[in-house]
Amino acid sequence: MINFQYARANDVADAVRMIAAEPSAKFIAGGTNLIDLMKEDVERPSRLIDISRLPLNTIEQTADGGLRIGALVPNSDLAHHPLVEQRYPLLSSAILAGASAQLRNMASTGGNLLQRTRCAYFYDTVTPCNKREPGSGCSAIDGVNRIHAILGTSEACIATHPSDMCVALAALDARVRVTGPAAERVMAFNDFHRLPGNTPQTDTNLLPDEIVIAVELPAQGFAENYSYLKIRDRLSYAFALVSIAAALELEGDTIKQARLALGGVAHKPWRDTAAEAALRGQAPNAVNFGRAADLLLRDARGYEHNAFKIDLARRGIVRTLTQAAQATPQSQSVKKIR
Amino acid sequence: MVQRSTAQRSSNPIRTPDKISIALIVNGVETSLRVAPWTTLLDALRDHLDLTGTKKGCDHGQCGACTVLVDGRRINSCLTLAIMKDGAKVTTIEGLAAGDALHPLQQAFIEHDAFQCGYCTSGQICSAAGLIAEGKAKSADEIRELMSGNICRCGAYPNIVAAILQAMSAMGCRS
Repeated sequence: MINFQYARANDVADAVRMIAAEPSAKFIAGGTNLIDLMKEDVERPSRLIDISRLPLNTIEQTADGGLRIGALVPNSDLAHHPLVEQRYPLLSSAILAGASAQLRNMASTGGNLLQRTRCAYFYDTVTPCNKREPGSGCSAIDGVNRIHAILGTSEACIATHPSDMCVALAALDARVRVTGPAAERVMAFNDFHRLPGNTPQTDTNLLPDEIVIAVELPAQGFAENYSYLKIRDRLSYAFALVSIAAALELEGDTIKQARLALGGVAHKPWRDTAAEAALRGQAPNAVNFGRAADLLLRDARGYEHNAFKIDLARRGIVRTLTQAAQATPQSQSVKKIR
Repeated sequence: MVQRSTAQRSSNPIRTPDKISIALIVNGVETSLRVAPWTTLLDALRDHLDLTGTKKGCDHGQCGACTVLVDGRRINSCLTLAIMKDGAKVTTIEGLAAGDALHPLQQAFIEHDAFQCGYCTSGQICSAAGLIAEGKAKSADEIRELMSGNICRCGAYPNIVAAILQAMSAMGCRS
């Protein structure tokens, strides 16, 4: 870790002023990812701007029946908030599938959105990585790429976004409220994270002098029929090889509305509205779920070590939609997959 | 702290900041210390306050050996900057016993032989204290899941789970 200056922001406007004045500075909230990256010399900020004491740590109901989650609400508080448990259990489940109890106590909602990939080459400062050092090349494309992306990749980067929480937020059609020197704005969740393209160093469409202040959920929470299934190399405390967030609104034996998003497969949480549309008006059965999976995976491309993810994702999608349809969501403490 | 070569690559060298005074209430004792911005809570406890019960394992938030309670919640002290916790209450393994009377978790870990080399144990016990305070784990499955942030390379997991179950009963957290 290189030496750095430290300052505490007094309010959101102060934080924005400070980051605008010093582009090489970084905000710090929970620090679970940033401190780790600084210890690896991947991140080398000149200053840390401590935003952890700003009053962005409340969860409130909104006028439209939704929920507004302050950017500094810790992951554990969000997962266990009564309104989230009752109305958005998919979000609770996804959060509890991620990290460890200690890290969830530390990590913030906004920080979860902004965490960086766990690609080993991104972390290893002696190897080329376009995300860490633009133009240096991608070591993963022809390297050990078992954990890497199968959707939305580019010749410049095949890294994945590591979050579980964000997969549920994508499925739930969340919005991200940000502010900067100009004005507050609201981004659709799908517009927040980027695909790598030729600029994989930029993970999101948040501008350098903007700050996330809240995540907002619409009223519909799919509390009846949902499931979050995370498949990984060990049963807990590991990043997803593939994870699936599924939510259904059923009317008798017909799907009125479906939501489907995947983690561990792309540079961003991968929500596919075409696959969702294909399920609308259909019966909730394995044949139709399989068709939706094929549609979602139509452009999937495997690399040397990760082609297994395509089959894994297809089976996972069918399984998770089945769990959702049967109202038997995946438990995050008893790991047997039913 | 020794600067690594990457710091010297920078075209705009960073002035070494002054140490900053902070106050922590560590195991009930108000303590003031002067730390650099990059001093982690783990290093502050071990190197500044000589509380070496908290262990440095991976130093990257992957093993849980550094687990302490901050304002009653379990966290990884290796990923926490001391300066950010100015004013906080910190409880380490040294602060769990009441005088010579061991904490029920400490007693249960001894009775169940819940360690072999012992390096992860202070983190395991502090994490279990946090788990009990959270009140979410009731069954062995739930304990296993909610203790997954604490790795034991000796593989004492079955005995750790048994010790936590016993301590939960002793503390009236389980019927």
